[in-house]
Amino acid sequence: MSSPLGYTFFGGLLAYAVGAIASLISGRIANLARILGCGFALAGGLLEVVSSGIALLASADAHWEIHAAVPFLTYGFRLDPLSAYFNLILSLLAVAISVYSFGYLRPTEEKRTAGVLGFFYNLSLLSLTAVFTASNAFFFLIAWEAMALTAYCLITFEHRKEITRQAGVLFFVMSHAGTGCLLIGFLLLNSLSGSLDFSSFAASSANLTGSMQVAVILLFFAGFGVKAGIIPLHIWLPEAHPAAPSHISALMSGIVIKTGIYGLARVMFEFLGVPPLWAGTMILGFGVVSALLGVLYALMEHDLKRLLAYHSIENIGIILIGFGASLMFITLGHPRFAAIALIAGLFHTLNHAVFKCLLFLGAGSVLHATHTRNMEKLGGLIRRMPQTALLFLIGAIAISGLPPLNGFVSEWLTYQALLAGFGSTEKLTRILFPVAGSLLALTAALAATCFVKAFGITFLALPRSKEAETAHECGFSMVAGMGILAALCVALGLGATWFLPAFDGITQRLLGVRMSGDLVAGARGLILTAGSPRGGSVSTAGIAAMFVILSAVPGMLWLFWGRKGNREIRPTWDCGLPGLTAENEYTAFAFSKPLRMIFAALYQPRREIQAEYDVSPYYPTAIRFDSEIESPFEDRLYAPVQRLVLKIATRMRGIQAGSIHAYLAYIFVTLIILLLFGVRS
Amino acid sequence: MNIILATLAQLLLFLIIAPLVTGVIRTMKARFQTRRGSPIWQPYRDLHKLLRKDMVIPDTASWLFSATPYVVFLTAAMVGLMIPMVAADAPLSLFGGVLAVVYLLALGRFFLALGGLDTGSSFGGLGSSREMTISAIAEPAMMVAIFTVAIAANSTNLSEVAKSAVGQSWRFLAPSQMLAFGAMFIVLIAETGRIPVDNPATHLELTMIHEAMILEYSGPYLALIEWGASLKQLVLMTLLVNTFFPFGLSPAWNAQGVAIGLAFYLIKIAIICCLIVMVETTNAKMRLFRVPELLAVAFILGALALISTFLF
Repeated sequence: MSSPLGYTFFGGLLAYAVGAIASLISGRIANLARILGCGFALAGGLLEVVSSGIALLASADAHWEIHAAVPFLTYGFRLDPLSAYFNLILSLLAVAISVYSFGYLRPTEEKRTAGVLGFFYNLSLLSLTAVFTASNAFFFLIAWEAMALTAYCLITFEHRKEITRQAGVLFFVMSHAGTGCLLIGFLLLNSLSGSLDFSSFAASSANLTGSMQVAVILLFFAGFGVKAGIIPLHIWLPEAHPAAPSHISALMSGIVIKTGIYGLARVMFEFLGVPPLWAGTMILGFGVVSALLGVLYALMEHDLKRLLAYHSIENIGIILIGFGASLMFITLGHPRFAAIALIAGLFHTLNHAVFKCLLFLGAGSVLHATHTRNMEKLGGLIRRMPQTALLFLIGAIAISGLPPLNGFVSEWLTYQALLAGFGSTEKLTRILFPVAGSLLALTAALAATCFVKAFGITFLALPRSKEAETAHECGFSMVAGMGILAALCVALGLGATWFLPAFDGITQRLLGVRMSGDLVAGARGLILTAGSPRGGSVSTAGIAAMFVILSAVPGMLWLFWGRKGNREIRPTWDCGLPGLTAENEYTAFAFSKPLRMIFAALYQPRREIQAEYDVSPYYPTAIRFDSEIESPFEDRLYAPVQRLVLKIATRMRGIQAGSIHAYLAYIFVTLIILLLFGVRS
Repeated sequence: MNIILATLAQLLLFLIIAPLVTGVIRTMKARFQTRRGSPIWQPYRDLHKLLRKDMVIPDTASWLFSATPYVVFLTAAMVGLMIPMVAADAPLSLFGGVLAVVYLLALGRFFLALGGLDTGSSFGGLGSSREMTISAIAEPAMMVAIFTVAIAANSTNLSEVAKSAVGQSWRFLAPSQMLAFGAMFIVLIAETGRIPVDNPATHLELTMIHEAMILEYSGPYLALIEWGASLKQLVLMTLLVNTFFPFGLSPAWNAQGVAIGLAFYLIKIAIICCLIVMVETTNAKMRLFRVPELLAVAFILGALALISTFLF
């Protein structure tokens, strides 16, 4: 504990803990509570950035153990490269979100809720750090549960709204179903290794075979899949993320769902030894489905935050495509390809965290300024909130995977991994790789479409409501918080090759290869390659530089042909129709109409039109239009399960007599049975 | 030094030839329809005129409206430097291969669609919505075809793709290559907004996609967008001819090689123009919601191409 690494790591944890308590105690003085809550979270985040940065660069493997008085429980922390990497993502977001929250939480002062919010916010940061760094299963599950509970409290923070409470309950139920799977999974692993330590699971991975292996893979995939929001386990995500206050939504979509990704990486790459081929194939398949359906449902949303939540599902899918391909390569015996695919997945995890957090904070600023999340009531904000608009645009370009920002780099690596996959085997399974690649291309193009809609309808042209018309730019700290993330989007895009050595420690430990030397080429190492420059390369920094150099061409055109002062600002022509109003503008609903028709088989859109008229149906006085799309997972998959559970619960009521004697008898009988069980074994 | 000269040479060639190709297609189409049509130099005259004209900016528009023409033009020009044109070594082939080409063009389109929405006019929104939709569903077909080509050459670097085919000049007769060519050709039609997907000659709102987005642009900005559009068209045609038929590509950047390469290149482009004109004159524009079926055909062709790479 007495190394710089230890000081910063535990200093960060301490700062979170103090921040939680301090903001709760000072809750009555709202201003102080807000500053303490955000300030300590910021300090903790900065310390954790330093500690995980050191650990990652040095490929350290630091352990700390604090023995608790409870049997089996040891507070074991471990900063190996994989933990450090996820902790780095978490702490980067914690810094940006804390800066943003100074301004964002100002309105909560009237309601004196900043203290409680600061308490849960700091606690969730603390428990998230513990999830990423826990070194044994018992402590991991405690941290996992603490994270779920604080997340529940944060989601239901605005609990006076009925819809928020429903979202909270859904999250609670799903989350615990997932935790149940994890618990069984860890117990199975424990039965093999005889210890709860993660390192013992890794050591006994060779013993994991047959049906036990199948069970472990499926249990962990389901357990972590719920948290990550893999389709069809995603149904809580688009309800819960938007319900929370926006900076919490940013935390949830940015990093809380990544705990599922962390868990999958830990289990699949470390505890399984050589995974069976079907495991990688399954993850790849679920990844493709999640990516595509996630974006298709996002396109149908007009609520800015719900739209972003569905995009989280999409990006989790893209990450899983990388993971699945990587696992397949391990089985097929291509560690270098596996490393490229794993790097693609992990890099996309960081990238998605950064730009999704940026976009949610941007949505929060919009909500802060206009008090609405409904895109159909927004518009024209680029003039009223120019800085927020620019930062949101950077996030939108990054999430659409367009060069030269960071989303492009990780998607490019994913494509390269999939391309390499085709030559990796002679089996028919290789056809999966290009098919996954083409569906990834469809996903990326649809994401771009969705963000043209999200940005264009929200920020461009004329405001569609009074709220949007009177909106104003948000304060300095909110812009600064988003600015940090936007700068990261640009830096991770242009300087991607300089960041790649950070993955060496992870791939060395999990796969036994270091790839950064092969993935980087060219002068100053600014060219990213697919393993070798012959196989394909890209340079985001080069592309950005060429943008600057090539802009000489239009410059010359202006010089030779241009005339001074030849710009006039006039009303929009609009084919000569006079008087453009906000009603003339395209709406978000109309924008996605072609896709709703093309994918009608999936959406099953229903619409209802009621027109009122006095004289003739051609002159309606009022029209009411309703449209909805099918939600197949809720209706077809979950509704029957729910009915079944309720039915069983109703039957079970018989034994719930309400008499304390009966309950004591149950306890006694259970105890006897358990004792008999114990004696027998 | 050599690379800078090569970059300049290829950039100039692209900038100069692109409007000419637009003009040639227009004139050829007119002749096919027994009209006289405008001279093939007309696009140059249009550009010259537009660059001199005044510009009207809608009062609803923001800075994004003004940034869009630059992004559209610059992305198309940059992509032109990543594709082998007259020599097998594209000047910027290390800066990005076929994936970067696709994504840079998508960046241009992203901004163009935002520019369409920025004016607040309903036509702009209509164009943006349709353009993004059609390009999205064209993407899987394009990517499958690209995968086929990249797998055959074992690289996504376009210069490597071209070089790998030089040794086996009849490779294009392989079933996988022909099928992939078919897929790419359909994608080319969709991406450049040609009949039967879009009609570049009309401004009728029921049919238009690309034209609707740029309805509010005028003067020099319109010139940049039009030039960018013709650059993009030429870039996609070059991608098509030089990945599937890399005949005559000069192995190095020297005067003689470039001259021969240019001659071959112009012939190949002329043939593609002819193909496009034939498609345009013998087809009617499709209803918007029939377009996905056409693109599905392209996807199937691409998928068959992929499967046939390991069957034959």
